[in-house]
Amino acid sequence: MFKIIHQSIRTGIVTTTYPETPANVPPSFRGKPVFDFEGWLDARPAAEVCPTQAISVRDDGDHRTVTVDYGRCVFCGLCAEAGLDQAVRVTQEFELATRDRGHLILTAEYQLHPDGTQRQLLDSATREDDVETAGRAVHTAIHKLLGRSLAIRQIDAGSCNGCEIEIVALNNPIYDIERFGIHFVASPRHADMLLVTGPVTRNMELALLKTFRATPEPKVVVAVGACGISGGIFGENYASLGGVDKVLPVDVYIPGCPPRPQTLLHGILLAVGRLEQKQ
Amino acid sequence: MTAERFPTFQELQEMFGELVVSMGTESDHHLYVDIGGPDVRGIVEHLLREHGARIVTVFAEDRRSREGFFFNYYVFEQFGNPQYFVLRVPIHPHDEEFPSLSAELPAVNWQEREIQDWFGLRAVGHPNPRRVAMHDNWPDVHPLRKDFAIGTSLPRFEGERHIYRPALGEGVLQVPVGPVHAGIIEPGHFSFAVAGEPILYLQLRMFYTHKGTEKLFENLPVHKAVFLAESISGDSSFSHGTAFCQAIERAAEIEVPPAALMTRTILLELERIYNHVADIGAIATDVGFVVANAHASRLREMLVSLNEQMTGNRLLRGMVCVGGVRRPWQPGHHHTLRRAVDLFDRDFDRLIALIDSSDSTRDRLEHTGILRPEKARDLGIVGVGGRASGIDLDVRRDHPYAAYDRFSFRIPVYQTGDVWHRMQVRIDEVRESIRILRRATEHAVDGAHCAATRPIPPDRCALSAVEGWRGEIIHWVRTGPNNRLERCKVKDPSLNNWPALVEAVQGNIIADFPVINKSFNLSYSGTDR
Repeated sequence: MFKIIHQSIRTGIVTTTYPETPANVPPSFRGKPVFDFEGWLDARPAAEVCPTQAISVRDDGDHRTVTVDYGRCVFCGLCAEAGLDQAVRVTQEFELATRDRGHLILTAEYQLHPDGTQRQLLDSATREDDVETAGRAVHTAIHKLLGRSLAIRQIDAGSCNGCEIEIVALNNPIYDIERFGIHFVASPRHADMLLVTGPVTRNMELALLKTFRATPEPKVVVAVGACGISGGIFGENYASLGGVDKVLPVDVYIPGCPPRPQTLLHGILLAVGRLEQKQ
Repeated sequence: MTAERFPTFQELQEMFGELVVSMGTESDHHLYVDIGGPDVRGIVEHLLREHGARIVTVFAEDRRSREGFFFNYYVFEQFGNPQYFVLRVPIHPHDEEFPSLSAELPAVNWQEREIQDWFGLRAVGHPNPRRVAMHDNWPDVHPLRKDFAIGTSLPRFEGERHIYRPALGEGVLQVPVGPVHAGIIEPGHFSFAVAGEPILYLQLRMFYTHKGTEKLFENLPVHKAVFLAESISGDSSFSHGTAFCQAIERAAEIEVPPAALMTRTILLELERIYNHVADIGAIATDVGFVVANAHASRLREMLVSLNEQMTGNRLLRGMVCVGGVRRPWQPGHHHTLRRAVDLFDRDFDRLIALIDSSDSTRDRLEHTGILRPEKARDLGIVGVGGRASGIDLDVRRDHPYAAYDRFSFRIPVYQTGDVWHRMQVRIDEVRESIRILRRATEHAVDGAHCAATRPIPPDRCALSAVEGWRGEIIHWVRTGPNNRLERCKVKDPSLNNWPALVEAVQGNIIADFPVINKSFNLSYSGTDR
């Protein structure tokens, strides 16, 4: 007993103060890639190397549509190395969670030179979902109920276990999610939130649905990681459905491969409306 | 122990006559022998009995369009021989069957059934020929056949009609658990037959996370497939990534620069210790010693932060590439690594002292979940679970790769096979890894970090093995045109080791199942792919 106390005192407090203070992220960390759409001369090399088609190019005569989907991105950084124009830059930004799948998708329209390089940016935009406003009212009601204390049931719907590693890390003394009154519970019947990872395999679809039905209302569903949002590198195939929202209504999307613990924390707090209150 | 040698071609031909057709390709890493028919039972028995061979993996390939046959590949290794011995066995498309080895060789039980499910080739005489990789409600499709398109849309999963072996007798109950578990872990179904507290029998249902990985490898260019390899098992990203890149490098005869080999070695060891220390903490938690886990998870966090500092990703993703590593080793990395390892070493000793001081922890772990060495040998158990039960295997020593030939290290082997010793193997290995990391920082790593890229020649085969922190990871590839793959077989050590869990839990109380399971800590995703 004395040894335990001695070791604890010797270690001291190790818990981070994020999100009250900014997270300490090393400069080498590969976070959100950002795009200089104005100065982008050619999107094709980046689209060519992207392992998950998070960057895609569609040409129609001398007109090009470039689509960037952070919901597919695995943050490998290949796009930033691919082009010569340095229009893609990897940043340390990690607070990427959003309520709106469309917010993760950027599009840019270009007029092209005859050789296929980009002559002029015509338009760039974020795609917004139409259902956004309708969903808001429901969210506010949920926040009132779940905002103070939250019970989470995690479901692995076919993940590689990478997301689970980071979710487990939320419970370690560094991130200590219980300081927010947030607990991981053993049964969906005790849960307010389902934290779902993986591309939803054919073999997990029914288990996921049953777990969802076993969770009492009101409940929120959070899709975690590139796989949970879009199927990630697995995409859609004979064994993979390609994302949680193919099966369940999703309230918040947390990009990453896997999302780091602070990204998860940010997304979870966003889902229960604890971030707006603070701001 | 003297090094064994595999039989020569002449020797095999004298014994088995026309069944042994020709000697295939040979390299430092492998030796292929072409067989004339599907029945290799005699040859396999000869290899196992007379040459001390161990079966590494069995897998199939659909070569109907090119060669007119399916092929089964039987891979063997011998103690002290770095070459793998591969039997290449044709299966006629009209027969679609081959004699099963599982009755004599339980180690290939699931792997033969995978071949049945994925290729539609029947393992004749298999003691339990039911589906394993595809659940019972799957339609009659065989996804790894070349005429099956990856995007094929299958009817929705309607629920399992799987019949578990009934547990009969007075007071005997069946306890179903999963696939959604109580903890933050991967999905799988466990059906316990219990009589009161003790477990009589455990049946497993896996492959809930099957996501078409091996098929997907055939549909991606090689540079993208590296990321798929990193997503086979999240906590072994770097090991699987390295195993895959190594296979491509061997197929394409790409020479990896020494600096890259050293970087890979360092990162492979970091992956080993961040997982081992987390497991040590998790084992402590499962017997109620949560303070130890708090310290262990703090140590793990220290290591994944170090990973991120050096590679940009906490799980070491996006670092390995075909030809080497993607980013050079920075001049300051040696110092950073050295300092972190010193700090880790000190705190790791304190953690182990804490665990050792707890008699109740030791009491719960000793004699719990015993896997006896002879069982471990019969079941073909590898890695941590194997070494705790007398199986002296380690790819780093047996088939050196990366820069492991430049280090000497001890491989802990125990005979007891209980949870306590599976934890001891991890503790010993962490200490050995610390020594390797310290030694690695003594020498400067100069030179290129990646070989120049060049097209990958088609139709080359290569086998690659890596000792991941769980154990032996195997990747086998056949390259195709346009920098793509014809086939990629992945064998995670978990596929070998699930039967060990079934064996180890018998007679233990159900309350000890979590800690026994944790002491193996197998990857569901690595198994299911």
